[in-house]
Amino acid sequence: MSKKDRMSGNEAVAYAIRQINPDVMPAFPITPSTEIPQMVSTYIANGEMDTEFIPVESEHSSMSAAIGAEAAGARSLTATSSAGLALMWEELLLAASNRMPLVLALVNRTLSGPININCDHSDSMGARDTGWIQIYAENNQEAYDNFIQAYPIAEDKRVHLPVMICQDGFITSHAVENILLEEDAAVKEFVGEYNPEEFLLNPGKPIAVGPYSISSYAMEARYNQELAMENSKEVILEVAKKFKEKFGRGFELFEEYRTEDADYIMLIMGSAAGTAKQAVDDLREKGMKVGVLKLRVFRPFPAEEIAMALKNCKAVAIMDRTESYNGHGGPLASEVTAGLYRSKVMIETVCYTYGLAGRDFTVETAYEIFDELKDVAENGKKVKQHRYIGLRSKERS
Amino acid sequence: MNNQGIEIRWHGRGGQGAKSAALLLADVAFKTGAHVQGFPEYGPERMGAPITAYNRISNNEIRVHSNIYFPDLVVVVDETLLAAVDVTAGLKEDGAIIVNTAKKADEIRPLLNGYKGKVYTVDARRISVETLGKYFPNSPMLAAAVAVGKVMDTDLFISEMRASYEHKFAKKPEVIEGNMKALTKTIEELGEVL
Repeated sequence: MSKKDRMSGNEAVAYAIRQINPDVMPAFPITPSTEIPQMVSTYIANGEMDTEFIPVESEHSSMSAAIGAEAAGARSLTATSSAGLALMWEELLLAASNRMPLVLALVNRTLSGPININCDHSDSMGARDTGWIQIYAENNQEAYDNFIQAYPIAEDKRVHLPVMICQDGFITSHAVENILLEEDAAVKEFVGEYNPEEFLLNPGKPIAVGPYSISSYAMEARYNQELAMENSKEVILEVAKKFKEKFGRGFELFEEYRTEDADYIMLIMGSAAGTAKQAVDDLREKGMKVGVLKLRVFRPFPAEEIAMALKNCKAVAIMDRTESYNGHGGPLASEVTAGLYRSKVMIETVCYTYGLAGRDFTVETAYEIFDELKDVAENGKKVKQHRYIGLRSKERS
Repeated sequence: MNNQGIEIRWHGRGGQGAKSAALLLADVAFKTGAHVQGFPEYGPERMGAPITAYNRISNNEIRVHSNIYFPDLVVVVDETLLAAVDVTAGLKEDGAIIVNTAKKADEIRPLLNGYKGKVYTVDARRISVETLGKYFPNSPMLAAAVAVGKVMDTDLFISEMRASYEHKFAKKPEVIEGNMKALTKTIEELGEVL
Protein backbone atom coordinates (compact mmCIF):
# COMPACT_ATOMS: atom_id res chain seq x y z
CA MET A 1 0.00 0.00 0.00
CA SER A 2 1.25 3.45 -0.88
CA LYS A 3 1.29 6.01 1.91
CA LYS A 4 0.20 9.62 1.41
CA ASP A 5 2.77 11.98 2.81
CA ARG A 6 4.31 15.41 2.24
CA MET A 7 7.98 16.20 2.01
CA SER A 8 10.62 18.09 0.06
CA GLY A 9 12.40 16.67 -2.97
CA ASN A 10 15.56 16.28 -0.89
CA GLU A 11 13.64 14.32 1.75
CA ALA A 12 12.00 12.18 -0.94
CA VAL A 13 15.34 11.13 -2.43
CA ALA A 14 16.87 10.53 1.02
CA TYR A 15 13.82 8.38 1.83
CA ALA A 16 14.35 6.31 -1.33
CA ILE A 17 18.05 5.90 -0.46
CA ARG A 18 17.08 4.63 3.01
CA GLN A 19 14.66 2.15 1.49
CA ILE A 20 17.21 0.86 -1.04
CA ASN A 21 19.98 0.82 1.59
CA PRO A 22 22.95 0.74 -0.83
CA ASP A 23 26.35 -0.47 0.39
CA VAL A 24 28.48 2.68 0.25
CA MET A 25 27.78 6.42 0.06
CA PRO A 26 30.79 8.71 -0.09
CA ALA A 27 29.65 12.35 -0.07
CA PHE A 28 30.88 15.84 0.58
CA PRO A 29 28.26 16.73 3.14
CA ILE A 30 27.98 20.53 2.99
CA THR A 31 27.42 23.31 0.45
CA PRO A 32 27.22 23.09 -2.56
CA SER A 33 25.52 19.79 -1.81
CA THR A 34 21.99 19.83 -0.43
CA GLU A 35 20.52 18.24 2.70
CA ILE A 36 20.47 14.79 1.06
CA PRO A 37 23.79 13.48 2.53
CA GLN A 38 22.88 14.97 5.92
CA MET A 39 19.48 13.25 5.88
CA VAL A 40 21.00 9.93 4.85
CA SER A 41 23.68 10.16 7.54
CA THR A 42 20.90 10.84 10.08
CA TYR A 43 19.09 7.67 8.99
CA ILE A 44 22.36 5.77 9.42
CA ALA A 45 23.03 7.31 12.85
CA ASN A 46 19.51 6.33 13.91
CA GLY A 47 20.12 2.74 12.83
CA GLU A 48 17.45 2.88 10.12
CA MET A 49 19.90 1.78 7.42
CA ASP A 50 23.44 0.42 7.38
CA THR A 51 25.02 2.03 4.33
CA GLU A 52 28.71 2.85 4.87
CA PHE A 53 28.75 6.66 4.77
CA ILE A 54 32.13 8.19 3.97
CA PRO A 55 32.36 11.94 4.60
CA VAL A 56 35.06 13.09 2.18
CA GLU A 57 36.92 16.36 1.75
CA SER A 58 35.69 17.17 -1.77
CA GLU A 59 33.46 15.98 -4.58
CA HIS A 60 36.57 14.94 -6.50
CA SER A 61 37.03 12.44 -3.69
CA SER A 62 33.37 11.48 -3.31
CA MET A 63 33.11 10.36 -6.92
CA SER A 64 36.54 8.67 -6.74
CA ALA A 65 35.48 6.76 -3.62
CA ALA A 66 32.14 5.83 -5.18
CA ILE A 67 33.97 4.43 -8.22
CA GLY A 68 36.35 2.52 -5.96
CA ALA A 69 33.53 1.04 -3.90
CA GLU A 70 31.54 0.13 -6.97
CA ALA A 71 34.60 -1.50 -8.57
CA ALA A 72 35.05 -3.55 -5.40
CA GLY A 73 31.54 -4.91 -5.90
CA ALA A 74 29.54 -2.63 -3.60
CA ARG A 75 26.35 -0.85 -4.68
CA SER A 76 27.36 2.81 -4.39
CA LEU A 77 26.01 6.29 -4.76
CA THR A 78 26.73 9.91 -4.03
CA ALA A 79 24.81 13.18 -4.06
CA THR A 80 25.81 16.67 -5.10
CA SER A 81 24.82 19.90 -6.77
CA SER A 82 26.26 22.70 -8.91
CA ALA A 83 29.99 23.29 -8.40
CA GLY A 84 30.19 19.92 -6.62
CA LEU A 85 29.36 18.22 -9.92
CA ALA A 86 31.92 20.37 -11.70
CA LEU A 87 34.61 19.26 -9.27
CA MET A 88 33.92 15.57 -10.01
CA TRP A 89 34.17 16.10 -13.79
CA GLU A 90 37.19 13.88 -14.41
CA GLU A 91 35.70 11.07 -12.32
CA LEU A 92 32.30 11.29 -14.02
CA LEU A 93 34.01 10.20 -17.23
CA LEU A 94 35.89 7.44 -15.40
CA ALA A 95 32.72 6.11 -13.78
CA ALA A 96 31.10 5.78 -17.19
CA SER A 97 34.11 4.42 -19.08
CA ASN A 98 34.79 1.86 -16.35
CA ARG A 99 31.10 0.93 -16.68
CA MET A 100 30.28 1.49 -13.02
CA PRO A 101 26.53 1.23 -12.37
CA LEU A 102 26.53 3.79 -9.59
CA VAL A 103 23.89 6.42 -8.99
CA LEU A 104 24.22 10.16 -8.42
CA ALA A 105 21.41 12.13 -6.78
CA LEU A 106 21.81 15.51 -8.45
CA VAL A 107 20.00 18.66 -7.38
CA ASN A 108 20.22 20.98 -10.38
CA ARG A 109 21.71 24.30 -9.41
CA THR A 110 23.54 26.82 -11.52
CA LEU A 111 27.27 27.00 -12.01
CA SER A 112 29.01 30.32 -11.40
CA GLY A 113 29.26 33.07 -12.44
CA PRO A 114 27.99 35.52 -11.51
CA ILE A 115 27.92 33.69 -8.21
CA ASN A 116 24.44 32.34 -7.67
CA ILE A 117 23.01 29.26 -5.97
CA ASN A 118 19.62 28.88 -7.63
CA CYS A 119 18.10 26.48 -10.11
CA ASP A 120 19.09 25.93 -13.67
CA HIS A 121 20.40 22.95 -15.59
CA SER A 122 23.94 24.20 -16.29
CA ASP A 123 25.52 21.64 -13.94
CA SER A 124 24.06 18.45 -15.45
CA MET A 125 23.96 19.87 -18.98
CA GLY A 126 27.67 20.56 -18.71
CA ALA A 127 28.08 16.86 -17.89
CA ARG A 128 25.87 15.72 -20.75
CA ASP A 129 28.70 14.12 -22.73
CA THR A 130 30.35 12.27 -19.84
CA GLY A 131 28.56 8.99 -20.61
CA TRP A 132 26.01 9.09 -17.80
CA ILE A 133 22.34 8.32 -18.20
CA GLN A 134 20.38 11.43 -17.15
CA ILE A 135 16.78 11.34 -15.91
CA TYR A 136 14.90 14.51 -14.90
CA ALA A 137 11.92 15.02 -12.59
CA GLU A 138 8.99 17.44 -12.63
CA ASN A 139 8.34 17.19 -8.88
CA ASN A 140 9.28 15.38 -5.67
CA GLN A 141 7.18 12.34 -6.63
CA GLU A 142 9.09 11.85 -9.86
CA ALA A 143 12.43 12.40 -8.14
CA TYR A 144 11.49 9.60 -5.72
CA ASP A 145 10.11 7.29 -8.43
CA ASN A 146 13.08 7.90 -10.75
CA PHE A 147 15.54 7.16 -7.96
CA ILE A 148 13.88 3.81 -7.29
CA GLN A 149 14.27 2.95 -10.98
CA ALA A 150 17.92 4.01 -11.17
CA TYR A 151 19.75 0.86 -10.00
CA PRO A 152 17.65 -1.59 -12.06
CA ILE A 153 18.58 0.48 -15.13
CA ALA A 154 22.26 0.99 -14.23
CA GLU A 155 22.94 -2.60 -13.19
CA ASP A 156 21.25 -4.26 -16.15
CA LYS A 157 23.85 -6.30 -18.08
CA ARG A 158 22.89 -4.54 -21.30
CA VAL A 159 23.68 -1.17 -19.74
CA HIS A 160 26.31 -1.09 -16.99
CA LEU A 161 26.40 2.67 -16.93
CA PRO A 162 26.08 5.24 -14.14
CA VAL A 163 22.79 7.07 -13.73
CA MET A 164 22.21 10.69 -12.71
CA ILE A 165 18.80 11.33 -11.13
CA CYS A 166 18.14 15.06 -11.49
CA GLN A 167 15.66 17.34 -9.75
CA ASP A 168 15.34 21.12 -9.84
CA GLY A 169 17.23 22.92 -7.09
CA PHE A 170 15.05 24.69 -4.51
CA ILE A 171 11.92 24.57 -6.71
CA THR A 172 11.69 20.81 -6.14
CA SER A 173 14.48 20.03 -3.70
CA HIS A 174 13.45 22.50 -0.98
CA ALA A 175 9.69 22.66 -1.56
CA VAL A 176 7.30 20.61 0.54
CA GLU A 177 4.64 18.93 -1.58
CA ASN A 178 2.34 15.91 -1.42
CA ILE A 179 3.85 12.56 -2.31
CA LEU A 180 2.94 8.87 -2.40
CA LEU A 181 5.57 6.72 -0.68
CA GLU A 182 5.88 2.99 -1.23
CA GLU A 183 6.53 0.38 1.44
CA ASP A 184 10.16 -0.42 2.27
CA ALA A 185 9.80 -4.10 1.38
CA ALA A 186 8.16 -3.33 -1.97
CA VAL A 187 10.93 -0.88 -2.90
CA LYS A 188 13.64 -3.34 -1.83
CA GLU A 189 12.01 -6.08 -3.85
CA PHE A 190 11.73 -3.83 -6.91
CA VAL A 191 15.38 -2.76 -6.77
CA GLY A 192 16.63 -6.26 -5.87
CA GLU A 193 20.01 -7.47 -4.62
CA TYR A 194 23.15 -6.35 -6.42
CA ASN A 195 25.04 -9.31 -7.88
CA PRO A 196 27.93 -7.93 -9.93
CA GLU A 197 29.42 -10.38 -12.40
CA GLU A 198 32.95 -9.03 -12.18
CA PHE A 199 34.43 -7.06 -9.30
CA LEU A 200 37.75 -6.46 -7.58
CA LEU A 201 37.03 -8.26 -4.30
CA ASN A 202 36.45 -11.53 -6.07
CA PRO A 203 39.50 -13.73 -5.43
CA GLY A 204 38.25 -16.47 -7.76
CA LYS A 205 38.17 -14.15 -10.75
CA PRO A 206 40.81 -11.43 -10.63
CA ILE A 207 40.30 -8.38 -12.87
CA ALA A 208 41.94 -5.01 -13.42
CA VAL A 209 39.84 -1.84 -13.37
CA GLY A 210 40.92 1.37 -15.03
CA PRO A 211 44.30 0.42 -16.53
CA TYR A 212 45.95 2.31 -19.40
CA SER A 213 44.31 1.39 -22.67
CA ILE A 214 46.46 1.57 -25.74
CA SER A 215 45.17 3.13 -28.94
CA SER A 216 44.56 -0.22 -30.55
CA TYR A 217 41.84 -0.92 -27.96
CA ALA A 218 40.65 2.34 -26.40
CA MET A 219 38.36 3.26 -29.27
CA GLU A 220 36.51 -0.06 -28.98
CA ALA A 221 35.92 0.68 -25.31
CA ARG A 222 34.32 3.98 -26.26
CA TYR A 223 32.27 2.30 -28.96
CA ASN A 224 30.96 -0.25 -26.46
CA GLN A 225 30.07 2.58 -24.13
CA GLU A 226 28.02 4.19 -26.87
CA LEU A 227 26.30 0.86 -27.60
CA ALA A 228 25.43 0.51 -23.92
CA MET A 229 23.89 3.98 -24.00
CA GLU A 230 21.83 3.00 -27.02
CA ASN A 231 20.76 -0.23 -25.26
CA SER A 232 19.75 1.66 -22.15
CA LYS A 233 16.73 3.15 -23.91
CA GLU A 234 14.85 -0.16 -24.00
CA VAL A 235 16.01 -1.01 -20.47
CA ILE A 236 14.70 2.33 -19.16
CA LEU A 237 11.34 1.56 -20.77
CA GLU A 238 11.29 -2.01 -19.39
CA VAL A 239 12.06 -0.81 -15.88
CA ALA A 240 9.36 1.87 -16.20
CA LYS A 241 6.87 -0.79 -17.25
CA LYS A 242 7.72 -2.95 -14.25
CA PHE A 243 7.48 0.11 -12.02
CA LYS A 244 4.00 0.82 -13.34
CA GLU A 245 2.91 -2.78 -12.80
CA LYS A 246 4.13 -2.68 -9.21
CA PHE A 247 3.36 0.88 -8.12
CA GLY A 248 0.85 2.16 -10.68
CA ARG A 249 2.71 5.25 -11.85
CA GLY A 250 3.78 5.14 -15.49
CA PHE A 251 6.87 6.64 -17.12
CA GLU A 252 8.23 6.83 -20.66
CA LEU A 253 11.26 8.54 -22.20
CA PHE A 254 9.08 11.65 -22.26
CA GLU A 255 5.54 12.56 -21.30
CA GLU A 256 3.12 13.86 -23.91
CA TYR A 257 0.58 16.15 -22.28
CA ARG A 258 -2.41 17.00 -24.51
CA THR A 259 -0.18 16.86 -27.59
CA GLU A 260 -2.30 14.51 -29.68
CA ASP A 261 -4.13 17.20 -31.66
CA ALA A 262 -1.89 20.11 -30.62
CA ASP A 263 -0.90 22.82 -33.10
CA TYR A 264 1.72 24.21 -30.74
CA ILE A 265 3.91 22.22 -28.37
CA MET A 266 6.35 23.30 -25.70
CA LEU A 267 9.25 20.90 -25.16
CA ILE A 268 10.56 21.37 -21.64
CA MET A 269 12.25 19.52 -18.74
CA GLY A 270 11.96 19.59 -14.98
CA SER A 271 9.68 21.54 -12.66
CA ALA A 272 8.73 24.14 -15.29
CA ALA A 273 6.84 21.39 -17.14
CA GLY A 274 4.13 21.50 -14.45
CA THR A 275 3.76 25.24 -14.89
CA ALA A 276 3.56 24.75 -18.67
CA LYS A 277 0.82 22.10 -18.22
CA GLN A 278 -1.28 24.63 -16.28
CA ALA A 279 -0.83 27.11 -19.16
CA VAL A 280 -1.93 24.39 -21.60
CA ASP A 281 -5.12 23.73 -19.63
CA ASP A 282 -5.90 27.46 -19.45
CA LEU A 283 -5.30 28.01 -23.18
CA ARG A 284 -7.27 24.89 -24.12
CA GLU A 285 -10.25 26.41 -22.26
CA LYS A 286 -9.96 29.31 -24.70
CA GLY A 287 -9.86 26.96 -27.69
CA MET A 288 -6.12 27.05 -28.43
CA LYS A 289 -4.77 23.60 -29.27
CA VAL A 290 -1.55 23.43 -27.28
CA GLY A 291 0.43 20.74 -25.50
CA VAL A 292 3.59 19.98 -23.57
CA LEU A 293 6.28 17.42 -24.32
CA LYS A 294 8.09 16.89 -21.04
CA LEU A 295 11.45 15.28 -21.59
CA ARG A 296 12.30 12.84 -18.82
CA VAL A 297 15.31 11.03 -20.27
CA PHE A 298 17.93 13.35 -21.76
CA ARG A 299 20.66 10.70 -21.97
CA PRO A 300 20.16 8.55 -23.98
CA PHE A 301 18.59 11.21 -26.18
CA PRO A 302 15.33 10.02 -27.79
CA ALA A 303 15.82 12.07 -30.96
CA GLU A 304 13.69 10.04 -33.33
CA GLU A 305 10.92 9.45 -30.79
CA ILE A 306 10.71 13.20 -30.15
CA ALA A 307 10.59 13.95 -33.88
CA MET A 308 7.73 11.47 -34.31
CA ALA A 309 5.85 13.01 -31.37
CA LEU A 310 6.19 16.49 -32.85
CA LYS A 311 5.58 15.71 -36.50
CA ASN A 312 1.94 16.77 -36.62
CA CYS A 313 2.23 20.11 -34.85
CA LYS A 314 2.77 23.46 -36.55
CA ALA A 315 5.46 24.82 -34.27
CA VAL A 316 7.46 23.78 -31.21
CA ALA A 317 9.09 25.89 -28.51
CA ILE A 318 12.29 24.18 -27.34
CA MET A 319 13.09 25.30 -23.82
CA ASP A 320 16.64 25.28 -22.46
CA ARG A 321 17.37 26.07 -18.83
CA THR A 322 21.05 26.53 -19.62
CA GLU A 323 23.22 28.35 -22.12
CA SER A 324 25.69 26.78 -24.54
CA TYR A 325 27.35 30.11 -25.47
CA ASN A 326 27.52 29.04 -29.10
CA GLY A 327 25.32 31.75 -30.61
CA HIS A 328 22.94 29.06 -31.77
CA GLY A 329 20.93 27.63 -28.87
CA GLY A 330 21.15 25.40 -25.81
CA PRO A 331 21.64 21.61 -25.75
CA LEU A 332 17.94 20.79 -26.22
CA ALA A 333 17.68 23.29 -29.06
CA SER A 334 20.62 21.74 -30.91
CA GLU A 335 19.70 18.11 -30.32
CA VAL A 336 15.96 18.41 -30.95
CA THR A 337 16.38 20.40 -34.17
CA ALA A 338 19.04 17.95 -35.39
CA GLY A 339 16.63 15.09 -34.63
CA LEU A 340 13.80 16.80 -36.51
CA TYR A 341 16.00 17.33 -39.56
CA ARG A 342 17.23 13.75 -39.59
CA SER A 343 13.63 12.49 -39.40
CA LYS A 344 12.60 15.00 -42.12
CA VAL A 345 10.09 16.69 -39.80
CA MET A 346 10.16 20.27 -41.08
CA ILE A 347 8.05 22.13 -38.52
CA GLU A 348 8.70 25.63 -37.20
CA THR A 349 10.93 25.80 -34.14
CA VAL A 350 11.78 28.60 -31.73
CA CYS A 351 14.49 27.91 -29.16
CA TYR A 352 14.10 29.74 -25.87
CA THR A 353 16.58 30.11 -23.04
CA TYR A 354 14.68 30.53 -19.76
CA GLY A 355 15.02 30.29 -16.01
CA LEU A 356 18.78 30.82 -15.69
CA ALA A 357 20.18 31.16 -12.16
CA GLY A 358 16.74 30.89 -10.57
CA ARG A 359 14.86 33.31 -12.86
CA ASP A 360 11.22 32.36 -12.39
CA PHE A 361 9.20 30.62 -15.11
CA THR A 362 5.52 31.51 -14.83
CA VAL A 363 2.23 30.45 -16.39
CA GLU A 364 2.12 33.90 -18.03
CA THR A 365 5.53 33.30 -19.65
CA ALA A 366 4.19 30.07 -21.10
CA TYR A 367 1.13 31.92 -22.53
CA GLU A 368 3.51 34.41 -24.15
CA ILE A 369 5.50 31.61 -25.78
CA PHE A 370 2.43 29.81 -27.14
CA ASP A 371 1.14 33.13 -28.55
CA GLU A 372 4.46 33.70 -30.26
CA LEU A 373 4.46 30.19 -31.76
CA LYS A 374 1.03 30.90 -33.17
CA ASP A 375 2.24 34.19 -34.61
CA VAL A 376 5.20 32.45 -36.22
CA ALA A 377 3.15 29.61 -37.74
CA GLU A 378 0.04 31.54 -38.79
CA ASN A 379 1.26 35.04 -39.53
CA GLY A 380 4.79 34.24 -40.59
CA LYS A 381 6.21 36.38 -37.80
CA LYS A 382 9.98 36.40 -37.99
CA VAL A 383 11.66 35.82 -34.65
CA LYS A 384 15.21 35.09 -33.70
CA GLN A 385 15.66 31.32 -33.62
CA HIS A 386 17.49 31.54 -30.33
CA ARG A 387 15.62 33.81 -27.93
CA TYR A 388 15.75 34.66 -24.25
CA ILE A 389 12.47 34.74 -22.34
CA GLY A 390 11.98 36.35 -18.95
CA LEU A 391 14.67 39.02 -19.17
CA ARG A 392 14.16 42.24 -17.19
CA SER A 393 14.07 44.20 -20.44
CA LYS A 394 12.13 42.60 -23.28
CA GLU A 395 13.84 44.62 -26.02
CA ARG A 396 17.06 42.76 -25.48
CA SER A 397 15.64 39.31 -26.05
CA MET B 1 -10.26 28.80 1.46
CA ASN B 2 -12.53 28.38 -1.58
CA ASN B 3 -12.49 25.61 -4.19
CA GLN B 4 -9.74 27.31 -6.12
CA GLY B 5 -7.56 27.03 -3.03
CA ILE B 6 -5.46 29.74 -1.47
CA GLU B 7 -2.09 31.27 -2.35
CA ILE B 8 -0.09 32.86 0.43
CA ARG B 9 3.07 34.98 0.30
CA TRP B 10 5.25 35.43 3.37
CA HIS B 11 7.62 38.36 3.85
CA GLY B 12 10.18 38.11 6.60
CA ARG B 13 13.79 38.69 7.39
CA GLY B 14 16.37 35.91 7.36
CA GLY B 15 16.41 34.19 10.76
CA GLN B 16 12.83 35.08 11.81
CA GLY B 17 11.31 31.80 10.73
CA ALA B 18 9.12 32.89 7.79
CA LYS B 19 10.42 29.96 5.76
CA SER B 20 9.80 27.56 8.65
CA ALA B 21 6.29 28.98 9.09
CA ALA B 22 5.52 28.36 5.40
CA LEU B 23 6.82 24.80 5.62
CA LEU B 24 4.88 24.21 8.87
CA LEU B 25 1.72 25.57 7.25
CA ALA B 26 2.12 23.15 4.32
CA ASP B 27 2.68 20.39 6.82
CA VAL B 28 -0.39 21.09 8.92
CA ALA B 29 -2.70 21.83 5.95
CA PHE B 30 -1.72 18.44 4.51
CA LYS B 31 -3.52 16.87 7.50
CA THR B 32 -6.84 18.07 6.09
CA GLY B 33 -6.25 16.00 2.95
CA ALA B 34 -5.42 19.07 0.87
CA HIS B 35 -2.75 19.34 -1.78
CA VAL B 36 -0.04 21.61 -0.45
CA GLN B 37 3.09 23.45 -1.49
CA GLY B 38 5.45 25.31 0.83
CA PHE B 39 8.67 26.77 -0.50
CA PRO B 40 11.15 29.55 0.17
CA GLU B 41 12.72 31.95 -2.30
CA TYR B 42 16.39 32.19 -1.48
CA GLY B 43 18.06 35.56 -1.80
CA PRO B 44 21.27 36.65 -0.14
CA GLU B 45 21.97 34.15 2.63
CA ARG B 46 22.47 36.37 5.64
CA MET B 47 20.60 37.13 8.84
CA GLY B 48 18.22 40.03 8.45
CA ALA B 49 18.00 40.07 4.63
CA PRO B 50 14.43 40.26 3.29
CA ILE B 51 13.21 36.77 2.37
CA THR B 52 10.03 35.51 0.76
CA ALA B 53 8.28 32.19 1.21
CA TYR B 54 5.13 30.82 -0.38
CA ASN B 55 2.21 28.44 0.14
CA ARG B 56 -0.28 26.99 -2.27
CA ILE B 57 -3.07 24.98 -0.66
CA SER B 58 -5.77 23.45 -2.83
CA ASN B 59 -8.22 20.60 -3.12
CA ASN B 60 -6.80 19.93 -6.57
CA GLU B 61 -3.37 18.72 -7.62
CA ILE B 62 -0.86 21.60 -7.71
CA ARG B 63 1.40 21.61 -10.76
CA VAL B 64 2.51 25.24 -10.98
CA HIS B 65 6.07 25.67 -9.75
CA SER B 66 6.53 29.42 -9.97
CA ASN B 67 6.56 32.02 -7.24
CA ILE B 68 3.22 33.61 -6.33
CA TYR B 69 2.56 37.03 -7.88
CA PHE B 70 -1.18 37.39 -7.17
CA PRO B 71 -1.62 36.08 -3.63
CA ASP B 72 -4.88 35.80 -1.71
CA LEU B 73 -3.07 36.46 1.53
CA VAL B 74 0.16 38.21 2.48
CA VAL B 75 1.82 37.71 5.85
CA VAL B 76 4.42 40.29 6.93
CA VAL B 77 6.55 38.87 9.73
CA ASP B 78 8.65 42.03 10.15
CA GLU B 79 7.03 45.46 10.26
CA THR B 80 10.18 47.23 9.02
CA LEU B 81 9.72 45.50 5.66
CA LEU B 82 6.76 47.77 4.93
CA ALA B 83 9.27 50.53 4.12
CA ALA B 84 11.62 48.24 2.17
CA VAL B 85 9.45 45.86 0.13
CA ASP B 86 6.22 46.35 -1.86
CA VAL B 87 4.42 43.76 0.25
CA THR B 88 0.98 44.32 -1.32
CA ALA B 89 2.24 43.88 -4.91
CA GLY B 90 -0.35 41.81 -6.76
CA LEU B 91 -2.33 41.12 -3.59
CA LYS B 92 -5.96 40.50 -4.52
CA GLU B 93 -8.41 43.23 -3.52
CA ASP B 94 -10.71 40.61 -1.99
CA GLY B 95 -7.73 39.14 -0.16
CA ALA B 96 -6.06 40.19 3.07
CA ILE B 97 -2.77 41.16 4.62
CA ILE B 98 -1.57 40.39 8.13
CA VAL B 99 1.20 42.51 9.64
CA ASN B 100 3.19 41.76 12.77
CA THR B 101 3.00 45.05 14.67
CA ALA B 102 1.82 46.58 17.93
CA LYS B 103 -0.16 49.13 15.90
CA LYS B 104 -3.82 48.91 14.91
CA ALA B 105 -4.89 48.01 11.38
CA ASP B 106 -6.03 51.61 10.74
CA GLU B 107 -2.52 52.86 11.51
CA ILE B 108 -0.93 50.32 9.14
CA ARG B 109 -3.25 50.80 6.18
CA PRO B 110 -1.71 54.16 5.11
CA LEU B 111 1.64 52.36 4.74
CA LEU B 112 0.25 49.83 2.24
CA ASN B 113 0.37 51.75 -1.07
CA GLY B 114 -3.39 52.28 -1.16
CA TYR B 115 -4.31 48.63 -0.64
CA LYS B 116 -8.09 48.44 -0.29
CA GLY B 117 -8.56 44.86 0.97
CA LYS B 118 -8.68 43.62 4.52
CA VAL B 119 -5.84 44.54 6.87
CA TYR B 120 -5.15 42.64 10.10
CA THR B 121 -2.47 43.22 12.69
CA VAL B 122 -1.00 40.76 15.17
CA ASP B 123 1.30 41.86 17.97
CA ALA B 124 3.48 38.78 17.63
CA ARG B 125 6.23 40.29 19.76
CA ARG B 126 3.97 40.79 22.78
CA ILE B 127 2.24 37.42 22.31
CA SER B 128 5.55 35.63 21.87
CA VAL B 129 7.20 37.27 24.87
CA GLU B 130 4.13 36.62 27.06
CA THR B 131 3.83 32.96 26.08
CA LEU B 132 7.37 31.88 25.22
CA GLY B 133 9.41 34.43 27.14
CA LYS B 134 11.33 35.19 23.93
CA TYR B 135 10.66 36.78 20.57
CA PHE B 136 9.86 34.08 18.00
CA PRO B 137 7.23 35.59 15.71
CA ASN B 138 6.56 32.58 13.52
CA SER B 139 4.11 30.70 15.75
CA PRO B 140 1.73 33.67 16.18
CA MET B 141 2.01 34.54 12.47
CA LEU B 142 1.33 30.92 11.48
CA ALA B 143 -1.82 30.88 13.62
CA ALA B 144 -2.88 34.20 12.12
CA ALA B 145 -2.41 32.92 8.56
CA VAL B 146 -4.55 29.85 9.30
CA ALA B 147 -7.30 31.90 10.98
CA VAL B 148 -7.45 34.77 8.46
CA GLY B 149 -6.95 32.53 5.42
CA LYS B 150 -9.50 30.01 6.75
CA VAL B 151 -6.98 27.37 5.74
CA MET B 152 -8.50 24.79 8.09
CA ASP B 153 -10.67 24.44 11.16
CA THR B 154 -8.80 26.16 14.00
CA ASP B 155 -9.51 23.35 16.52
CA LEU B 156 -8.03 20.81 14.11
CA PHE B 157 -5.12 23.18 13.52
CA ILE B 158 -4.42 23.40 17.25
CA SER B 159 -4.52 19.64 17.78
CA GLU B 160 -2.34 18.95 14.73
CA MET B 161 0.17 21.60 15.79
CA ARG B 162 0.51 19.98 19.21
CA ALA B 163 1.47 16.72 17.50
CA SER B 164 3.81 18.59 15.19
CA TYR B 165 5.56 20.46 18.03
CA GLU B 166 5.83 17.26 20.08
CA HIS B 167 7.72 15.75 17.16
CA LYS B 168 9.75 18.86 16.32
CA PHE B 169 10.69 19.68 19.91
CA ALA B 170 11.12 16.10 21.16
CA LYS B 171 14.43 17.17 22.71
CA LYS B 172 13.13 20.52 24.01
CA PRO B 173 9.67 19.63 25.44
CA GLU B 174 9.73 22.73 27.65
CA VAL B 175 8.96 24.98 24.66
CA ILE B 176 5.89 23.04 23.49
CA GLU B 177 3.38 24.60 25.91
CA GLY B 178 4.62 28.13 25.22
CA ASN B 179 4.25 27.65 21.47
CA MET B 180 0.77 26.17 21.92
CA LYS B 181 -0.24 29.18 24.03
CA ALA B 182 1.17 31.51 21.36
CA LEU B 183 -1.08 29.86 18.77
CA THR B 184 -4.27 29.88 20.86
CA LYS B 185 -3.73 33.42 22.12
CA THR B 186 -3.26 34.71 18.56
CA ILE B 187 -6.43 33.00 17.37
CA GLU B 188 -8.37 34.36 20.40
CA GLU B 189 -7.18 37.92 19.79
CA LEU B 190 -7.90 37.73 16.06
CA GLY B 191 -11.35 36.32 16.87
CA GLU B 192 -12.32 39.80 18.00
CA VAL B 193 -11.67 41.36 14.59
CA LEU B 194 -12.38 38.47 12.21
